[in-house]
Amino acid sequence: MNSSPAPASLPATDRAVPATSSAQKPRQLKKYHRREQRAGWAMLSPAVILLLLFVFVPAVLAFGLAFTNARLISPNPPVFVGVDNFVRLFADDGFYRALLNVAYFAVVVVPLQAGVALLMALLVNGKVRGVNFFRTIYFLPVVTSMVVVSLLWLFMYRQDGLLNEIITRVTFGAVHGPDWLNNTATAMPAIILMSVWQGAGFHMIIWLSGLQTISADLYEAADIDGVSRWQRFRYITWPGLSATRSLILITITIQALSLFTQVSVMTQGGPLDSTTTIVYQAVRAGFKQQETSYASAISLVFFALVLIVSAVQRYLTREKS
Amino acid sequence: MNTRFKRLLAASLTAATLVGSLAACGTGAGNSKDGANGELTLWTHNAGNPDELGAIQSIVDAYNQSQSKVKIKVQAFPQDSYNDSVVAAASANKLPCIVDIDGPNVPNWAWSKYLAPLNLSVDLSANLPSTLGKWNGQTYSVGYYDVALAMLARASDLKAAGVRIATADNPWTKDEFNGALAALKKLGKWDAPLDLGTAGTGEWLPYAYSPFLQSFGGDLINRSDFQSADGALNGDKAVEWANWFHGLIADGYAAQKSGKDSTADFLNNKSAIVYTGSWAADKARTALGDDLVVMPSVDLGNGPKIGGGSWQWGVTTGCKNPEAAMDYLSFSLKPENIAAVAKATGTIPATDAAAALVPGYEPTGKNRPFLDFSKKSAVLRPETPAYPFIATEFGKAAQDIISGADPKQALDKAVKNIDANIKSNNGYKN
Repeated sequence: MNSSPAPASLPATDRAVPATSSAQKPRQLKKYHRREQRAGWAMLSPAVILLLLFVFVPAVLAFGLAFTNARLISPNPPVFVGVDNFVRLFADDGFYRALLNVAYFAVVVVPLQAGVALLMALLVNGKVRGVNFFRTIYFLPVVTSMVVVSLLWLFMYRQDGLLNEIITRVTFGAVHGPDWLNNTATAMPAIILMSVWQGAGFHMIIWLSGLQTISADLYEAADIDGVSRWQRFRYITWPGLSATRSLILITITIQALSLFTQVSVMTQGGPLDSTTTIVYQAVRAGFKQQETSYASAISLVFFALVLIVSAVQRYLTREKS
Repeated sequence: MNTRFKRLLAASLTAATLVGSLAACGTGAGNSKDGANGELTLWTHNAGNPDELGAIQSIVDAYNQSQSKVKIKVQAFPQDSYNDSVVAAASANKLPCIVDIDGPNVPNWAWSKYLAPLNLSVDLSANLPSTLGKWNGQTYSVGYYDVALAMLARASDLKAAGVRIATADNPWTKDEFNGALAALKKLGKWDAPLDLGTAGTGEWLPYAYSPFLQSFGGDLINRSDFQSADGALNGDKAVEWANWFHGLIADGYAAQKSGKDSTADFLNNKSAIVYTGSWAADKARTALGDDLVVMPSVDLGNGPKIGGGSWQWGVTTGCKNPEAAMDYLSFSLKPENIAAVAKATGTIPATDAAAALVPGYEPTGKNRPFLDFSKKSAVLRPETPAYPFIATEFGKAAQDIISGADPKQALDKAVKNIDANIKSNNGYKN
């Protein structure tokens, strides 16, 4: 990419230089460039090789396996079976149930988590004493493993758990909470609440980084103009966060679509499929049921789905100029 | 030009790796190197269970000292990742000579050619039938112990409710059982008098609940040829089971989701009867003493049934020195070895000769009922390579039924999936 511009960039001045060095200089430059390029590739290679080996190859492999009858354990080599797995998948009501659940989860979680995170970011963006303490507190759930968080909330959500105990105390015994995770109506909302609590801290940090890129001059000018707090947010902060906004939108969406850990630990997709998800079904099919090829087919469909959703979001949030 | 070439190179490299790994997926487990140089490796699932691991280690030490030709080396894995490790080792052709294996998985591993048929110098007919892993008429694995399901209760509670204590010869009938639950519930001491372990997941579901189904006269699959579950898992008897099972929850006799630790809940008096395995007995007896009663499961029509088959041992097909592996297994089946493992794990010893050496399992011993239950009512989970799949489908159906799904629909769906799976694997014939 840089072999041709080097000689061309030496126009008139070239003549003044003795002939020997004029031939030498581009060659040296070329050599230098090549060495630099080699160094670049060498530095890239560990990451690229690992990425290829552990992300790209398995992904492509999964796409291939989706069209075979490969099993996790089998004495027979996999055979190409065409689109059988996809036919089976699209005829399975469990799959549509999972799609619906994931859509429900994403539609609620994306605005809720982004909103809560933004609110927290605005709160801890001020220059008051102890702000680092609050930043740490808000970030704590993020550094706790999701499995641990799920287990803890599992106990809190029990019929006689902490949450119901609080509800009963606060309402002086008038209201008794449901058995959150064993009720088809409350299981998904319960998982949503916990997921937002766990994930919001991470997106708070991203919002915070966005907030800090907004020039203080703008706020100063606004203060001189005597704007209200709402106007400050509406006309300075919000437009200043446009890039951060699309990043957050897309990351939360992808995270929401791949809902798995909470479901696997807390409900195993139940009760009555009210919390089953696409990734949970893929893992169940691939590992518990040993149907590697069917799990691959689910993953392939999931991949296409995420791609489409992200592309649409990217298009909608593109910079219009 | 340059980058385009590199891109092409990268793409073709990836494609080559892909083809290579796809081809590798197909190869069997036949070519391990273990056992070639006089050292045999033994894999076990009990890295998290020091008592059992210790007992196995001392058998291995004793064997290594008893002869000088070969040496057995123990490698322990945590139970949760054990099966995955074996599957990974099999696809990499690195299976060890000797593996332990959960009983119901034996046909699946035998079908996949992980396991070779056993050829031991000891007579296996003395073993509890549920400690042998058989498939297609051959024995592939043998265990030192089994576990048994039972109902634990306090004699004082039963007396207070006016309920008779069930015995191995005279178990509760369905009506008696429902009557007992109603009477216990009436005492008002417990929200739900019966703890069925409904918080359990995975293998617990078929292990614990398919015996009820079998006692009703249904089953997980038609055992004549293992080709279809139609009629067995969704017939009238099965629907009857599902209605009864859901009734226990609907009537408030059992919780839709019990606590994580059923035994602890029982000991803390949160339940009157706990449906659990023999492993809980010692702890319960220490806490309750003579007030504890160990009762057989309920007779729901065809006699009480309990699941059979726990962890067992097998020799892999790739082992370079199968004679030595078989010799070790034969050595390990000496009564004193079986007794040592059973003692360490609190399980039912596999033979009567060993039972005589384990305190509590002698004919009048406190744990003897478990051995009797096992002998009398153990039903093996279906001996077919389809079992792991059947287990997940039945588990899901059982959970759905507990949550109030339409029984017939839930069971029909399980049958449909099981039959499709068997068909897509050509009936699991080899």
